[in-house]
Amino acid sequence: MAKVLVVTSGKGGVGKTTSTAALGAALAREGERVVVIDFDVGLRNLDLVMGAERRVVYDLIHVVQGTAKLSQALIRDKRIDTLFLLAASQTRDKDSLSDDGVERVIRELRPSFDWVICDSPAGIERGASLAMRHADFALVIANPEVSSVRDSDRIIGLLDSTTDKAKHGEPMDKYLLLTRYDPIRAGRGEMLCVDDVLDILCIPLLGIIPESKEVLNASNLGTPVTLNNPTSAPARAYNDAARRLKGELVPLVVPSDKNTLLNKLFGRRAA
Amino acid sequence: MTTSQPTTSFKFRGGSFHALVVKPDTPIDAWLADVDALLARWPGFFVGKSVVIDVSGLSLTKQTFLGLLDELSRRQIRILGVEGADPSCVDGRVPFLTRGQTDRPEEAAAPAIPSSAPAPVTSLLINAPVRSGQLIVHPEGDVTIVGSVASGAEIIAAGSIHVYGTLRGRVLAGAYGNQRARIFCRRLEAELMAIDGHYIVADEIEPHLRRAPIQAWLEGDALEILTMD
Repeated sequence: MAKVLVVTSGKGGVGKTTSTAALGAALAREGERVVVIDFDVGLRNLDLVMGAERRVVYDLIHVVQGTAKLSQALIRDKRIDTLFLLAASQTRDKDSLSDDGVERVIRELRPSFDWVICDSPAGIERGASLAMRHADFALVIANPEVSSVRDSDRIIGLLDSTTDKAKHGEPMDKYLLLTRYDPIRAGRGEMLCVDDVLDILCIPLLGIIPESKEVLNASNLGTPVTLNNPTSAPARAYNDAARRLKGELVPLVVPSDKNTLLNKLFGRRAA
Repeated sequence: MTTSQPTTSFKFRGGSFHALVVKPDTPIDAWLADVDALLARWPGFFVGKSVVIDVSGLSLTKQTFLGLLDELSRRQIRILGVEGADPSCVDGRVPFLTRGQTDRPEEAAAPAIPSSAPAPVTSLLINAPVRSGQLIVHPEGDVTIVGSVASGAEIIAAGSIHVYGTLRGRVLAGAYGNQRARIFCRRLEAELMAIDGHYIVADEIEPHLRRAPIQAWLEGDALEILTMD
């Protein structure tokens, strides 16, 4: 029975889609059966980041409205055969998503997968609230920057009040994934440091993804960063986060691409 | 001759709602200048708010009163009703409001006899951080937050407000007319603090008080803030 995870943030451009693809691929590579769903109806992106944009026939809206079967709309990843995508529609708008339809799709996906990862659109409107409504737990993405952190705080409030779990009086587990983190700039006080963000948001930290050009390179190639260059710093950080999602205890460090003294020492020892 | 029967029954009910009560002062021109100063500093102050004006004790002429209504509507302040005006002044322009209890005449010498034990003052305890966008309104007593109040959150209480965490949002204590209400917090980073309508915004808070544990109270018309170190 799948765990349903919503990846959300409030603010746009902080890395929801990148993180959905990277974590989905990382979990699938470990043998988990994963489906990633793009809820950003009207502005689909996840198919591009997953490199599946030329194979979309049916999308989430078709399934929600009953014009296509779920099995027809699920797109299997070419690289990992336990990874599937349910794309968003570019031509419809969010009003085409009905609450009943979304609930039915998630209910039908649960028995056949280990993970259902819902990539939420930015904002707090209908698309975002439908993406989070049926989730079991949430991954809140934030950049170390005040407006992103405040929007994430707003989303946490909504997760605690508008989701099915909240309405049944159950606590909704939430984890923070801090993306685009630059330890050097944070050290200089040019961006919020990890403790500042945790102090404001008061939710457990799942991982810290360092700022890296590898993320953009991977997006442009249509490959999740965890598959494109698995040894890069962001890929290692996402892989660690995926293992923590599975319940493994992985020590939290901020991986770096830079040649720090420590890296040099380790490099020499390995050689 | 028959009258047509209504197809659905007409429904109505009584209800009480919260409104922002604004009390003008004479001379009205000087008071309006204060309103303009407030709006210059804080253009959104009245946006989306239901405003009641309380002109009791001002004994305005009909002309001054109607002029005041015009001036307020020119500033996009929506007037829901008026309190304490001479009914002949109102001229049907705005609803005339009365409170649940009628005004007690000044010469009422006989002390009020407590009919029974006073209703218990209820305080509200919130055992979680208050998130951005959340609004907590407690028209009865104190509010205690065990956690932080985020930037963009707002707490409105009839009594005092206690924040056992960082106060980053807006807090309005004594909001229903209690000058003795106080505000306490472990760490002050508030956007706005108000007691009984007297407010201070972040820019006006002395730098040495920021990030400090503080309490705030009213001294006359001014908000006093002192660290609790």
